Amino acid sequence: MKSRFFWDTFFNKTLSAAALVSVLTLAGIFLLLLYNGLQAFSTIDIAEFLSAAPWNPAAYDAPVFGIGAMLFSTLIVTFGSMLIAVPLGIGTAAFLSEMASPRLRNLLKPAIEMLAAIPSVVIGFLGIVLVAPGLAQVFDLPNGLNALNGSILLAVMALPTLISVSEDAIHAVPDYYKEASYALGANRWETLLRVTLPACKSGVLAAVMLGLGRALGETMTVLMATGNATAMPHSIFDPVRTITATVAIEMGEVPFRTPHFYSLFACALVLFLITLGVNIAAERLAARLRKKGQ
Amino acid sequence: MEKIKLDVQALDLFFGKKQVLKNIHLSIPEGKITALIGPSGCGKSTLLRSINRLHDLHPDARLMGKILLDGHNILHRNTNVVHLRRRVGMVFQKPNPFPMSIAENVAYGLKINALCSKSEMRARVEQSLRNSFLWEEVADDLDKSALELSGGQQQRLCIARAIAVEPEVILFDEPCSALDPISTAKIEELIMGLRGKFTQVIVTHNMQQAQRVADYTAFMYLGELIEFGETRQIFEKPQQELTKNYVSGHFG
Amino acid sequence: MTKKTISRFFGFALLVSATLLVLAIIGLILFDLLAKGSSAFSWHFLTSFPQKGMTEGGIFPAIFGTTIVTLLSTALAMPLGIGCAVYLQEYAADNNLTRLIRASVRNLAGVPSIVYGLFGLSIFVEGMGMGVSVLAAGCTLGLLTLPSIIATTEEALRNVPRLSREGSLALGATPWECVYTVVLPSAVPGILTGLILALSRAAGETAPILFTGVAFYSRYLPGSVFDEFMALPYHLYILSTQHHAIEAVRPLAYATALTLLLLVFLLNLTAFWVRARHKR
Repeated sequence: MKSRFFWDTFFNKTLSAAALVSVLTLAGIFLLLLYNGLQAFSTIDIAEFLSAAPWNPAAYDAPVFGIGAMLFSTLIVTFGSMLIAVPLGIGTAAFLSEMASPRLRNLLKPAIEMLAAIPSVVIGFLGIVLVAPGLAQVFDLPNGLNALNGSILLAVMALPTLISVSEDAIHAVPDYYKEASYALGANRWETLLRVTLPACKSGVLAAVMLGLGRALGETMTVLMATGNATAMPHSIFDPVRTITATVAIEMGEVPFRTPHFYSLFACALVLFLITLGVNIAAERLAARLRKKGQ
Repeated sequence: MEKIKLDVQALDLFFGKKQVLKNIHLSIPEGKITALIGPSGCGKSTLLRSINRLHDLHPDARLMGKILLDGHNILHRNTNVVHLRRRVGMVFQKPNPFPMSIAENVAYGLKINALCSKSEMRARVEQSLRNSFLWEEVADDLDKSALELSGGQQQRLCIARAIAVEPEVILFDEPCSALDPISTAKIEELIMGLRGKFTQVIVTHNMQQAQRVADYTAFMYLGELIEFGETRQIFEKPQQELTKNYVSGHFG
Repeated sequence: MTKKTISRFFGFALLVSATLLVLAIIGLILFDLLAKGSSAFSWHFLTSFPQKGMTEGGIFPAIFGTTIVTLLSTALAMPLGIGCAVYLQEYAADNNLTRLIRASVRNLAGVPSIVYGLFGLSIFVEGMGMGVSVLAAGCTLGLLTLPSIIATTEEALRNVPRLSREGSLALGATPWECVYTVVLPSAVPGILTGLILALSRAAGETAPILFTGVAFYSRYLPGSVFDEFMALPYHLYILSTQHHAIEAVRPLAYATALTLLLLVFLLNLTAFWVRARHKR
């Protein structure tokens, strides 16, 4: 009899230990980045690090560590992707929810969600072999490996989640809202624009923020398709290198425990803090939404 | 004087800030069938579930007062809920057989509580199924999934499962609300057949059912116990105006 | 036509074109990979080693490496993920510790995969001395998939009706007996779906294995978990950006991309099938 309660307590404790792994991992990641990242600043001037000074860590006589250009590149590629993905995603979500027959919707939604399963290297590969030649031809460029290419690819990767979550949000708007609008003489388009979309805007916004977090942290796609130039870009047709790409390229070759090594951790720390901020904001938004829903 | 099996004393129950049960006093006699009736939302199911401490699963629930089972307060912190629930069985609103075979369903409580040896198991399973009038219908399909039974059969299986562990009290939470009239009649017959063997408490929204099966009836309204007495007295000579209105069908 | 009808017409035309564009993108991806990948795609390609500086031959070691690392990562993450989900769903009280655990799981899901790579490099490769190996990469990928395993398991547990739990508890089962005998068996299809999706995710990830275990080229299959390995996604990355004869190996790169795509689609369809079969 006693052993039954022993096992219950035993599993309670063991499972709570398993649950603590997540806490420890997140804390571990943060402390690791902080510990190694901050060491970079014993030799690197923090102002220089955050400035638009060039990123030239391997220079023999005077290495320079400035992440300004990479940070800027990361931001334009990411925001560019949102500019493409958000209207396309919301439009598709609105079509699926408001225009498509249930049969068509049940067919298209899983098909679109399958897009999310495509690995990022495959998307990056298509960026090289498909999007880049296309961009080069259309805009008359020497090659199409640039910020715009990265934005297009990240948009493709963000689309499935964006569509799926927005569609759920639009679908969840109660029918009586729409009926009230029809009763006032509005047609379906006006109802969608003036009633349905405003009613679910925070759900859609939460989806956009989640997509933004993903896009900021995406590595392989941008590494392969954006041209990898560390200079400050002047237009979306310039090749760029994001923070993630820099870490991915240089970490494999850098000697351990050098200023260069630590500076890559500092880069990762900046990236971690930005994505954490975006994710927390998305979560706050979603939480507020749930509260309102009750 | 009958022996009191369950004695509810000054029971208050809160879900968060909302008070759901207000100062309930109720003495349930041993071996008899007691019905809890009242309009939906009156707290009758809530009261029933407190006797099995199922509110422990609800983090917001706060219970005050006492429920004495054979003189011991089951709401006390030191009460072992697992032992309590072995002594107090429960049959739910919707039949909830486990996704296992018919025999395994009945053996479930016996196994986890180690109430009998492996060799006795078969006999105990058969006995419980006979006591719940299900044996004839399932004797050849003991290894079939319980989910393949009809709704009424599933509910009788749940009763067999509950009586297999030989509890002292069985709580029924609207056991027929999901069943057709024929199945309902069988369940009622079964409950009456168990009279004397177990102390039974049944929550029902069906007043005819209470009159047919119960020895005692308690009428609840808005979280309060309005009146408790012999079933015949509650339905024929209610003391309270509210009870009279309810049993004569004026509201509810 | 009134102004109202015109705006309505163009509005809906806009939605239709957005949808068509999205479908065109999907179609283009599939068509391009199938059309250009199938020429080099063959049984020989799948089962032989790369030859002549990876300009000929197949991708067998990459398929093998991806398979074992993916299976290892899920085998490592499975007990932790299911354990965490069962704890949160069945045991955890509503207190600050639980909220901390939940917040950690949610935020872990948003940590960029390259950051997992750095963590794996510092903790598993260096700290624990696993070296650049199958084991270190498996651990790193395991942590990466942990949040999604927790999320899908929790959902599967939430879908087990409350009544099943109460039925078991009312017979005098301890919480653990209730979980083990009733809740987990009912949640198996949902948990399985989540595990298959985790496999698919791990199979496609490159950044976390970059510094923790993957090899540019290896003449032999890994003989133990402490060896380096080749992986499909990394092989595709090499063939498309790092190779000395990028244009010449393009057909091989296409076929590799097609293989990877087929692998993850197969896993996703399996997950879809498991879920659909048990919905009834």
